[in-house]
Amino acid sequence: MSNFPVSNFRKVLIAPLFTIIAAGFSVSAPAAECIAPANPGGGWDFTCRQIGKILHDIGQVDDPVQVTNMAGGGGGLAFSHVVNERKDDSDLIVAASQATATRLAQNAYAGMTADQVRFVGAIGADPGVIIVAKDSPFQSLNDMVAAIESDPGSVAFAGGSAAGGFDHLKVLMILKEAGFTDIGKIKYIGVDGGGDAITQTIGGFTQAMTGDISEAVGFLKSGEVRALAVLTEERIEGFEDIPTAREQGIDVVAVNWRGLYVPKGISDADFEAWGRRLQAVADSMAWKEAMKANGLAPFTKVGSDFQTWVDGVIADTEALSREIGVIQ
Amino acid sequence: MELIDNLALGFAIALSPYTLMLAVIGCFLGTMIGALPGLGPANGVAILIPITFSLGLDATAALVLLTSVYYGAMYGGRISSILLNIPGDEPAMMTTLDGYPMAKSGRAGDALVISGFASFVGTFFATVALALVAPLLARIAYLFGPAEYFALYLLAFATLGGLASKNQAKAAFASMTGLGIAMIGLDNATGLPRFTGGNLHLFDGIDFLVAIVGLFALSEVFLFIESGGRNTAIGIKLGKITIPWRDIVATRWTLLRSSVVGFVAGVLPGAGASLGSFLTYMMEKSIAGKKGAFGSGVAKGVAAPEAGNNSAAGGALVPMLTLGVPGSGTTAVLLALLMTLNITPGPTLFADRPEVVWGLIASLMIANFVLLAMNVPMVRIFVRVLSVPPAVLLPGVTMVSFVGIYSLSGSYFDLVLMIAFGIMGYVFRKLSIPTVPVILGILLGNQMEDNLRRAMILSDGDWTFLFSTPIAVGLWIFAVAGFTAPFFLRRLIRTPKGIS
Repeated sequence: MSNFPVSNFRKVLIAPLFTIIAAGFSVSAPAAECIAPANPGGGWDFTCRQIGKILHDIGQVDDPVQVTNMAGGGGGLAFSHVVNERKDDSDLIVAASQATATRLAQNAYAGMTADQVRFVGAIGADPGVIIVAKDSPFQSLNDMVAAIESDPGSVAFAGGSAAGGFDHLKVLMILKEAGFTDIGKIKYIGVDGGGDAITQTIGGFTQAMTGDISEAVGFLKSGEVRALAVLTEERIEGFEDIPTAREQGIDVVAVNWRGLYVPKGISDADFEAWGRRLQAVADSMAWKEAMKANGLAPFTKVGSDFQTWVDGVIADTEALSREIGVIQ
Repeated sequence: MELIDNLALGFAIALSPYTLMLAVIGCFLGTMIGALPGLGPANGVAILIPITFSLGLDATAALVLLTSVYYGAMYGGRISSILLNIPGDEPAMMTTLDGYPMAKSGRAGDALVISGFASFVGTFFATVALALVAPLLARIAYLFGPAEYFALYLLAFATLGGLASKNQAKAAFASMTGLGIAMIGLDNATGLPRFTGGNLHLFDGIDFLVAIVGLFALSEVFLFIESGGRNTAIGIKLGKITIPWRDIVATRWTLLRSSVVGFVAGVLPGAGASLGSFLTYMMEKSIAGKKGAFGSGVAKGVAAPEAGNNSAAGGALVPMLTLGVPGSGTTAVLLALLMTLNITPGPTLFADRPEVVWGLIASLMIANFVLLAMNVPMVRIFVRVLSVPPAVLLPGVTMVSFVGIYSLSGSYFDLVLMIAFGIMGYVFRKLSIPTVPVILGILLGNQMEDNLRRAMILSDGDWTFLFSTPIAVGLWIFAVAGFTAPFFLRRLIRTPKGIS
């Protein structure tokens, strides 16, 4: 925000305020900082806190990792902060997920692009899932696709992201892959989170829910909903009775990966060091337990492979978003 | 009886000298956090989560501490509403309407005791209801789709006209302003930003806490500065502090009705404590009629919103625990805490993890009694605030406002925005335009619009969908009645004086 003529005022004002707040937590100056680009409680916050805690517990960093919550612009504020003000800070990591990639692809970060930071890796993923109420007439993904083909308006989806977000895109990817091209006709409503989307589906206001499997665990256990498909390569541990979309002839893999990015300007040695540390977290028992407790499936991609993979995801998302008119 | 067994299990888990100590600490911290403008229960709980981890608290202890903070903050919000006309958090906004006039007429102590007791009743009712019928009540959420939610928010707006008894046009202008502000940010139905000017800070819309602190706290400071430090409403008479038994007895039905309505508002995901306190205030106002003199500082006017918002705070735990659907910012943070403790809320939680559920209910009960015991005697300390000279107090309020808002997002943009709201509040107050409808517009406008848009998407733009279920029709009837009643009432009862 360099267009505000308040930079001096800001320093004078913010510095003591920050000291007051920091003093409230009485944490000594830590070596590493993890920015969670959202309020406490969400997926990014979880990523920072868990990875930060494990990094310290397994001795990869000497001091506890300080977690900073920087909410705003769907992660855009933190992205802008890293790109503009922390571009060569080698002690900084930032939580990222599929939402980061989706928004970058849709140019939702005010013109900033994925190549302005470096993606370190992903070490877990929340598998995409399509859920219906237990008394739904659909027994398989193909039943649902057939119903949409005969009357596109008859099946409405609810999801936790806004229109054009990842939950919406999952549905569109499935239908495109199944050969239904008129995807502008698909009904989708974005509600306040996956739990709400399931409630609307059980209530019969929508016919299906699209989201992450972690959002549906409780309802799947209670039997109030059924999963038509998980969007992974293989069936997931603990949910072996849910078929993949791929098994049903619809080759769509969509997972909400959890990972990190770092500033662009750090040295290659520092970048590789973060890659090694992240791999160490991925290999730790503590992380495996944390993943299990939170419904995450194993999904480890660290290093330059990951950058290539993210670039591919962003390109695909951009093409799809253009097709449905989320971006021009 | 099963319930007794369950409660016994809960208290066996939650009741020990150690957890009692945590409850006392949590209640005290929560009350303070709630009383500070800009800091509400969600911040309080969020700030304390890392502390519970670094203290190495186990699941039960962490829950006791954090629910104490949650309930404490819900109690505490009323304090600055009554004493300073500045709501400590958004559900306490309605308490300013009668609480502050009471304080102005020298009854600050009475207002604090009555509202404290009302908070206790609301919380007590909600906690008992949570224990008795949570799994059943959770099913209410399945009955509310976009059409029903839209009608519910419409009901809230329809009764707004009754809020400002002086000038309906000004109240309408204020709520339209709030609705307009609510349009800023990402549009949920298309995924496109609106009115953000490409500024990332505005993508998530305007945080209503920023608006509240600006409109209420900073505008007060500006008015104070303008008058050269003389003309301030703060610095009012202390009054004697006794327990106003007569008022408490007189508000018994108000407390009961408000607890029920508040609880239901809390159970509905997305409605929550603010809607609860608003609906209960408007309901009690219309029941009392013109003779009730709501707005001039009456006991029922502080009892209703406080019973309502505290009951809603308990109600909001129902969808969080039984559906995993957080109905408010605070329950979202609590949900995250439970997940981190490897507890997955959802339909099977009551069966799978009874020790967690009943331990939580027991700790809520403990927190509520600790808060009652703490809040009534502490009234003496709270009212001391009034003896602080305004020239000292108002800069302090300003500082707390800035720290509170900065702690929300760590962004100075919010501070600039808060100042802008302060100026707006100052102008509005100069023009005698009420500011409460602005906040309600911001708070409820988004939800109302989103649900209307969802209804239109689901029905292919068929407006009759909005009246397609009995619940929706019932809410529409209430809304129409609420909107038109003031016109008829005014014709019927031409009160010569007294209200205004």
